[in-house]
Formats: sequence, structure tokens, C-alpha cells
Amino acid sequence: MANTPGADLRDPAWRSRLAWAIATLVVLWPLLVVAEFQPWQLFAPDSLQSTLRFLAGFFPPRLDAEFLSLVARETWRTVAIATAGMTLGLVIGWPLALLSARSLSISSLVGRMAPLPATVRLAVRALLVALRSIPELIWALVFVRVVGLGPTAGVLAIGLTYGGMLGKVYGEILDSGDTGVTRALLRNGSGRLQAFFFGQLPQNASELTSYTVYRWECAIRSSAVLGFVGAGGLGQQMDNAMKMFNGAEVCTLLLVFVLLVVLTDRVSGLLRRMLG
Amino acid sequence: MQVLFDQATVRHPAARPGMAAALGPLSLRLAAGEQLAVIGPSGAGKTTFLHTLACALRPASGRVLLDDIDPWSLPAAGLRQLRGELFLAPQVPPLPPRQRVVTAVLAGRLPRMGLLASLRSLLVPTGVAEAHAALARFDVQDKLFERVDRLSGGERQRIGLARSLVANARLLLVDEPLSALDPARSAQAMQSLTQAARERRATLVCTMHDVPAALQNFPRVIGLRDGVLQFDAAPQDVDAQRLRALYHGHLDELDARTPPVVSLSESAATVIVHCR
Repeated sequence: MANTPGADLRDPAWRSRLAWAIATLVVLWPLLVVAEFQPWQLFAPDSLQSTLRFLAGFFPPRLDAEFLSLVARETWRTVAIATAGMTLGLVIGWPLALLSARSLSISSLVGRMAPLPATVRLAVRALLVALRSIPELIWALVFVRVVGLGPTAGVLAIGLTYGGMLGKVYGEILDSGDTGVTRALLRNGSGRLQAFFFGQLPQNASELTSYTVYRWECAIRSSAVLGFVGAGGLGQQMDNAMKMFNGAEVCTLLLVFVLLVVLTDRVSGLLRRMLG
Repeated sequence: MQVLFDQATVRHPAARPGMAAALGPLSLRLAAGEQLAVIGPSGAGKTTFLHTLACALRPASGRVLLDDIDPWSLPAAGLRQLRGELFLAPQVPPLPPRQRVVTAVLAGRLPRMGLLASLRSLLVPTGVAEAHAALARFDVQDKLFERVDRLSGGERQRIGLARSLVANARLLLVDEPLSALDPARSAQAMQSLTQAARERRATLVCTMHDVPAALQNFPRVIGLRDGVLQFDAAPQDVDAQRLRALYHGHLDELDARTPPVVSLSESAATVIVHCR
């Protein structure tokens, strides 16, 4: 095809794309500077050598019976901390999610929500923000001082932070799906909890399940980090091994973490298949 | 339940000020046990009329009395109790996809049940016979233990109708009961619905797109257009001229037996529009 002379064949979207790309760079550059993002330091001869020495120690992983039985015990403890923390999180999160969900409001069936329920929802949301804005590491440091070293501090820390997260996300899942079913139930005179169990739970079951299992996985990882501040479990072993520069032990522990994550993935898939 | 509309006008909660009211001013009286069909072109305010009766929309001016009581003068608990005696069946049946038919049908009874009893019936359905009998009236009893998402649009609609019977309401409000049914099923469904309402001495109000079916099954028919009552007559007095005037500019809707609605499967995924 011959070009018609004078026809403007430039892509009209090109200029705005270029502008957005430049704008993104301008915004990101200072952030990178502040974060001291200098990946090439990884490959500086000194650091490369020490990294390689540490990594070389990873192989072979330590697999003798004594260590493995210790790891098995600590793994069990880690899963226990994560599960207990998750349970506490659910106990805190669900009531708050139900209180904060707009789709379970009876007064908003007719136009605007009444002032009192609106205030309660706002207060619950503020509480959720407070719970989850404090990282579990900080909670753990606080509770280690209160209840002493050990799993209890980890459970409490995970429970509080995760209660905040679960409450927020459950509430949003309930509000973002099709609320027609719930509203129809409420409009016909059902109670809020009845509407939740007969409308929202079957409506959103698979999303809620997969998010819950994912959070359980995060709780397992979280409990590892909390081990570093003395909350017990695999994390504490990891901390010891790191301090001793014992790469073989670190490697075994990391492998256990990978296995745990694979396991939660399987559980999540299984649960969703059962629901699907 | 008797109904009185006294110069009632209704606006949508989302309507901008200055827009014409969606319904009214409308004056109308319904005796207990009466059966009424509402016809009119789309956008005429039929659904708004139903929602007003269901206490889902509050009249902006005038009064709507149910059994000589102004629902909006009741305290919240009283309003909820009153809503439990009404049943509004939306055009798209509000059935969560993962729920079983038996649970979905029995959800109609929720207002009459306590929270504990309703939770128990989630585990082991109570009143299966009741659900079966209601489904049998619409010839879908063989789907009793199926999951809702395995059903066709027409089956879902009949399950929605069965649910409205289980509710045992004194005022039944059904929005387009026949929109997803073929002519033979429509005739059967309409007969079952009107007969069940008579047995229960419930007042029945249906919006109908299928004008011949409305004239055939109801002793009283009202025509709405732009929210204004055009006629309120016995079916034999609704002649072609009145219908042409009512559907002027929308004559295709008068002839078409299928309503211009979105398909059930499509709309189930999206949020149901509060009121068309």
C-alpha cells in the first residue's frame, strides 16, 4: 500500500505512553536513591566471595538423624504456632468483618445507611487498621516481654496482626461479590447472621477458603521470622544456625520451609476442588 | 394482607434531585387475598412499585399502609418482623451458585426461624418435605438435592418461585415470574402460583411482561406508564386500545413474549440492579 502524502501515520498513543514512562521514572528514581538500591554491589568481588563461601556451606544439607528429629519437632511447633495464631486471628477477624461489611447492613437497604451503624462500621474499620498496621514482629517483641520467650508470644503476635488483615479482607470479599442474594434475604426479613450463612457464605466460599489457606501459609512464614526474636519454632533454629554460619543447617531448614509451602498449596487446591 | 397507597410517590435513592419520581403519585387499595398483575412498558415503575410494597423503598411523599400500619413508623425490629411477613421474589432468583436447591428453597423460611435452628438446618436440612412439596408444584422436585449452578435458567426461576411459597408470606410480590420460562411451563407456573396464594389467603402482586398471561390469570390488572397509573381494571375491560395506549412507543414489548432482560447466567455474575 502506498502512503498517501501528508497522511500522519504516527501512532497517536505513542506520546502519552512516552510521557507516562518518563513520569514513572521521575517518581521511581528518588525512591530507588532513598532505598539505596544498588544491585551491582552484590557482584563486587569482596561481597561475591563471602556470599559464595556462605552458599558453599549450604551443601550438603545436614541430614543426620539427631538434627532431623530436632527439625521435625520444631517444624511441628512452627505449624502449631501458625495454626493457633491463625485461629486466634479468625476469632478476632470474623466478628469484625461481619460488623464492617456494608452488604449486611439492614438500614442501607433503603438508600443511605443510618448514622449509628455507619459510625460503628467506621470504628470497626479503624480498629482493623490499628491491628494490622503494627507488624507482627513488633507485637512479638512486646509479648516476649510480657509472657516471656516461647511460642505464646508468637501466637499472640500472629493472632492480633492477622485478625486485622483477615477482618479487612473478609469484609471486602463479602462486599465485592454479588450482594443480590444477601440483600434479597435481608429484604425478606432474615437476620444478618442468617443472611450471612445462607447468602454470603455459599456465594463466596471458594474465595474465602483460598484466602484463608494463603494466610495460613503466610502465618507459617511469619512464625519463622518471629522465631528470630525468641518466639520458638523453626525460626529460632534458623537464627542459631545463621549466627553460627552453619550453612548446612540453614539449608535443611529452608528446604523444610519450601516443603511446608508446597503442602499448604496442595491443601488449598484440595479444598477449592472440594468446594468447586 | 391489605394494602393502601395514598398519593404515594417514590424516588430512587440514587436519583438526582429534580428528576421525576419513579412512581406516583399513586392511590390504590388491595384487599387481603386479592391478586393483581402489573403491566406496562419497561421503565414504567413496575419493579419500583413492588419494592415499595416490600418496604425496600420508602415513599418520598404520601403514605403506603400495610394492614393499616405505616411500616416506616415502626421501630427497626418491628419493620424487620413485618418484612418477614412479605416476600419479594426478584426477577433474577437470588440463589448462590454453590448452594443446594433444598437449602435455597428453605432459605425462604429464615424469617420464621431462630438463628440456631437455621444453622442446624444448614447441617441437616429440616423441613425437606416442605421444600419437596413446594418444588413439586413447579415440577422441579427431582432437583431437590442438586446444586443451584447445575440448573438451567428456567429451573432456577421455578426454584425461586418455590422459595416464595415456603416463605408462607401474607403478601407475595413476584417480579416477572415467567421471564425465563417457555409458554407451557409459564401456564403451569402461573397456575401453581395463583393457586398457592389462594390456599394461603396471601395477597399476590406480580409484574408481568407477558400481557396475555396477565389478562388470563389475574382478576385485576393495572397498567403503569412513567410511574403513573393508566388503568386499574378487570381483564375483560383491558382492550386492545388501552394496551396500545399503554405501550405506545414500546409496541414491540407488547407483542414479544420474551422480555428484554439479560440472561440469567450473565446477570448472576454481576451485581443485581437495585431497581430497573
